[in-house]
Amino acid sequence: MILVIAEQKDGQVNRASWEAIVAAQQTAEPVVVVVAGQGSAAAAADLAAAQVTEVVAIDGPGLAQYTADGFTAAYAQVVAERQPAHVFIAHTYQTRDFAPKLAARLDRSILTDCTAVKAGTPLTFVRPMFQAKLAADVAIEGPAPHFVTFQIGSFKVDELAKGSAPAPVVAVSAAVDIVRQQPDAPFREARQAVDLTQAERIVSVGRGIKAPENIPLAKELADALQAELAASRPICDAGWLPMERQVGSSGQTVAPKLYLALGISGAIQHVVGMKGARTIVAINKDAEAPIFELADYGIAGDIFEVVPQVIAALKA
Amino acid sequence: MKIAVCLKQVIKRDSTLRVDDARTWVRDADAEFEMNEPDAYALEEALRLKEQHGGEVIVVSAGPARVQTVLREGLARGADRALHVESDALAQADAFAIAGALAAAIGPEQVDLVLTGLQSDDQGFAQVGVVLAEKLGIAHATIIMEVKVEGGALRVKRELEGGWFQWVGLPLPALLTIQSGINTLRYATLKGIMAAKKKEIRRVDAPAGVAPRQKIVSLYFPEKTKQTRMITGSPADAARELVRVLREDARVF
Ligand SMILES: Cc1cc2nc3c(=O)[nH]c(=O)nc-3n(C[C@H](O)[C@H](O)[C@H](O)COP(=O)(O)OP(=O)(O)OC[C@H]3O[C@@H](n4cnc5c(N)ncnc54)[C@H](O)[C@@H]3O)c2cc1C
Repeated sequence: MILVIAEQKDGQVNRASWEAIVAAQQTAEPVVVVVAGQGSAAAAADLAAAQVTEVVAIDGPGLAQYTADGFTAAYAQVVAERQPAHVFIAHTYQTRDFAPKLAARLDRSILTDCTAVKAGTPLTFVRPMFQAKLAADVAIEGPAPHFVTFQIGSFKVDELAKGSAPAPVVAVSAAVDIVRQQPDAPFREARQAVDLTQAERIVSVGRGIKAPENIPLAKELADALQAELAASRPICDAGWLPMERQVGSSGQTVAPKLYLALGISGAIQHVVGMKGARTIVAINKDAEAPIFELADYGIAGDIFEVVPQVIAALKA
Repeated sequence: MKIAVCLKQVIKRDSTLRVDDARTWVRDADAEFEMNEPDAYALEEALRLKEQHGGEVIVVSAGPARVQTVLREGLARGADRALHVESDALAQADAFAIAGALAAAIGPEQVDLVLTGLQSDDQGFAQVGVVLAEKLGIAHATIIMEVKVEGGALRVKRELEGGWFQWVGLPLPALLTIQSGINTLRYATLKGIMAAKKKEIRRVDAPAGVAPRQKIVSLYFPEKTKQTRMITGSPADAARELVRVLREDARVF
């Protein structure tokens, strides 16, 4: 049996959790889904639409808000009771926060950020290595349960198998004794002055730009294309462009007509923020860079040689 | 405050990677290595906390003899001493084994705070810190963008998805996984490099009997699934062709 740990907020199931259910369904093993916290009853009612054998909703004192200690204790109880062969979870920020602890609590390892499952005995899991430049097939050894997390977007929600009738929902109350984290309510920083989500064209710079002195080159290209300037995270971390121009999982999600990536490798956390662009162009000196996997058009070249020529061609 | 910082040595970011003959790891015999970037931010945060609150910063690494280079670099930037869990097997180990090795070194030190980077640039597990916290029996928080010490406890700013954040209170001792960009890195000064030569790197035995839990069956270049049109030619020719296809085929302006 595969136990899928689903994530919810105010009763709303996280989209990535549906993907984890799809991953579990595609193994042909029976699937049980568990969801914890305030709102888990509402989420469980939605999750029961999936073709699974059971949905478990855990609530109780100490689970009102998400904390690593609270959720680890709650899920450890269910995993210990149910003895699944595998535990599947979407690789969200929340999962990164508690799942390694949960596995370690049960003296198990956890294989994170997988993108596919390969059938066979045992199952093997595909995951990116070296910033997605390589991929590995990995087998998990030792006693069950084997914990696995899946990169967001690796499975398609529209492939979810729905049941002919809702799956049974079981409510469990968890005994959570010690919670050391005291979380405040989530917040956003002050309203952003730049709204990249509305931009028709975006020129985005990555670490390939090398130095802040070179940003004006990208700006000149952006101006010639009447595009907004954006960046990968390291550029904003270094203060070369303001945070509000960052694209990716911790920045803005954009969907312009044109996204031109200059010296950006194509890390997943960047890609989730721009893969919805209609036409993607990448200029990168490394012909193997993962960004080319996504690009419609690519130039394997040095931005300092190519970009001035693109500006010239636009002005011609 | 006594702070331990875990440093991983990883293959340099822009290296050309080649798969080894066994097809389970990269050829790293003549590779260049560097300090894992988020770990460098963790070290900087530890040095700043020491400057504000006093105490000691201990850098810790688990891996083959070569990882002493990053420990020495940490000492040059201002850490006081170093612990090295030496083992060749740890170079490619899974996160559970690495966390076990780090716990063996850090446990007896009875530190107030452990900092790690949030994930490594090589295997990218994003879990060593969290597993280590569980093994040490201390509270943790992940993806941290700001650390405040208030009245013997911590207030930390966690990064959430899509531009959201959250402040979390934690008792000490605690472990935090640090996100890149939390601060501005300092580099070692000549004086720091000289001083580092006299600082101690103490060897700690790797814990016995930590069997690997995960096995890389095969390592390979991912298959391309998308038909990217690669535009070749001189920079000038490629640029002209790019502008043409964007105008005429993609019609993006
Ligand atoms: C929790 C978390 C959240 C994150 N959130 C985000 C996010 O929101 N947004 C984001 O972008 N990242 C985010 N990251 C970071 C992400 O994982 C990558 O580290 C980052 O996107 C890499 O940026 P980059 O592509 O600019 O740099 P690198 O990966 O260093 O790539 C630089 C590229 O430039 C190329 N290059 C170098 N010189 C030249 C040249 N002269 N000409 C042409 N090409 C050149 C290189 O070949 C390389 O491909 C996050 C990471 C984590 C762990």
